[in-house]
Amino acid sequence: MATNTQIPVADRRVPVIAPGYTFSTITEKISNIVLSRPISLGWILGFLIVFGAMNMLMVALGYLFLKGVGIWGINIPIGWGFAIVNFVWWIGIGHAGTLISAILALLRQTWRNSINRFAEAMTLFAVACAGLFPLAHMGRPWLFYWMFPYPNTMRYWPNFRSPLVWDVFAVSTYFTISLVFWFVGLIPDLATLRDRAESPWVQRVYGLLAMGWRGSARHWHRYETAYLLLAGLATPLVLSVHTVVSFDFAVGIVPGWHTTIFPPYFVAGAIYSGFAMVLCLAIPIRAIYGLQDFITMRHIENSAKVMLATGLIVAYGYGMEAFMGWYSGNQYDSFLLWNRLHGPYRFVYLALLSCNIFIPQVLWLKKFRTSTGWLWLISFIVLVGMWLERFIIIVVSLSRDFLNSSWGMYYPTKWDWMTFFGTVGLFLTGMWLFVRILPMISIFELRTLLPESQVHEAAEVKQ
Amino acid sequence: MSDAPVQGPNYGPTDSPIYGLMAEFDSAQELVDAAHKTYAAGYQQIDAYSPFPIEGLAEAIGFHKNRVPLVVLIGGLVGGISAYALQYWVAVITYPVNVGGRPYHSWPSFIVVTFELTILFAGIFSAVGMLALNGLPMPYHPVFNVPEFAKASEDKFFLVVFSSDPKYDAAGTRSFLSGLAPRMIAEVPS
Repeated sequence: MATNTQIPVADRRVPVIAPGYTFSTITEKISNIVLSRPISLGWILGFLIVFGAMNMLMVALGYLFLKGVGIWGINIPIGWGFAIVNFVWWIGIGHAGTLISAILALLRQTWRNSINRFAEAMTLFAVACAGLFPLAHMGRPWLFYWMFPYPNTMRYWPNFRSPLVWDVFAVSTYFTISLVFWFVGLIPDLATLRDRAESPWVQRVYGLLAMGWRGSARHWHRYETAYLLLAGLATPLVLSVHTVVSFDFAVGIVPGWHTTIFPPYFVAGAIYSGFAMVLCLAIPIRAIYGLQDFITMRHIENSAKVMLATGLIVAYGYGMEAFMGWYSGNQYDSFLLWNRLHGPYRFVYLALLSCNIFIPQVLWLKKFRTSTGWLWLISFIVLVGMWLERFIIIVVSLSRDFLNSSWGMYYPTKWDWMTFFGTVGLFLTGMWLFVRILPMISIFELRTLLPESQVHEAAEVKQ
Repeated sequence: MSDAPVQGPNYGPTDSPIYGLMAEFDSAQELVDAAHKTYAAGYQQIDAYSPFPIEGLAEAIGFHKNRVPLVVLIGGLVGGISAYALQYWVAVITYPVNVGGRPYHSWPSFIVVTFELTILFAGIFSAVGMLALNGLPMPYHPVFNVPEFAKASEDKFFLVVFSSDPKYDAAGTRSFLSGLAPRMIAEVPS
């Protein structure tokens, strides 16, 4: 073992990029997926399915705008229903993209570089899906701009003390900053595509988007500063977004909503479901496009570990809710706990505990963290579990509040389901197009991972 | 050195028929060494091009500080102050709503929007400011006239001495650059 002591610990792990690559082969491999890989039958068939699902969303929304929110299963006392369940679920999924691109950038985690680009794309599409729900839920979505402060003939202004107004600002800022961050990261790679494209039209489109990026040292200097600052700004932003979403609940007085643990527990849940979605997408994508050399088992296993850790924080949140139900001595809080375990939605609560707490514990075992098939399945289960969590928080809490006379049940209609699965279609349509139109892995950041990119200052050049 | 000295003709097409002399290198290390030597030889109007950010390259051509952080600071201050001022004006002056006698200036509930707009403005300023200080978008640039430069976004490294440099002369600069053992030297037409 004497020779092994020469090798630093970090080198004994699975590398973040398989050995044997050069600047040129990295560039070729990633840009060819966009520029020269033929469109396969499988891609077209898959696209037809997800595009069909997206059109189902259009039908559902069209009918909604015609008839109003009465086509959904919502009614008093459950006025929020699927619209807000899905909103919170989608926006949570987006969080992993920002976590990977911003927080891991600040922590100088090199394993982020292969997965940040498509995780950020995932964020954008997920936030777009999320944003649709409050708009559709509004009843009169064409008046959405009333939420923004602008001088108007009604001489009315939004109430800045309302968490729902905070949400408008948080979500729109989040989408904008995610888009800016993603686009700034794309500029150098768009220049690569411009220089490698053979068709003049493709060249022009990428050239226009690359804005004449030429890799000047001065430009890189400012670019790196701007990117670092954007990462520093996006980090508190991503933590704030789900905090503000949780305020929508925590500021209210409904039992099951009115707790101080909501912000951290929502943020952890968001990252939990976000990493589950990253794995659900990364595992098939790396297999289909042969990217195992760039998205290595190190990435997969690290994502699984983040999932396990955030899952445990979520489990702590559930535990603390149950504890406070008992310890507070508040009859409504303790009834909430009883109602979750024995009420009409008890099976949903048991499914939630299984999906989010019990089943993911297998991630303690390396065997499950390194088996892509198992990991995909567990990630999918976590996604389902996190959706159920929002259902429990919203529907179960609203269904039985302070007065028995105002209790009620919620049953989603087919339009609820069509809208939900329709946004899945919208999300996947976006991803489907993204992997073929833009480089799904940051090419220039992968170049910096090669040892040849490191330079040492020579002492004798000062002449 | 701040942003100012590199503004002007070096940033885009010039009146002179020759924009500068370009040398191509194989590795990041060679480019950094060459940049150090060129700068030490007294050339000030130079630029280096690489397919990824190289640590110390900007410093090697005499570019140490940029103004992006200042722009971001201004953006953050503008966003934060205007957000708070707007909420104060709305909630206290123009549209006060009396909720059970609670104070109009309820500052804790104004923090969220102030925070979000601080981030929004700072973020947009950082991206737009970076592009503006870089002189982008600029789809056309003289360096693109050299066919080999297409590899600058892939795996090759370039150094350009601008013809506007006081020390520049076509023959002397060419022989200096060939002393740096580049793969090739090309004249960059404007």
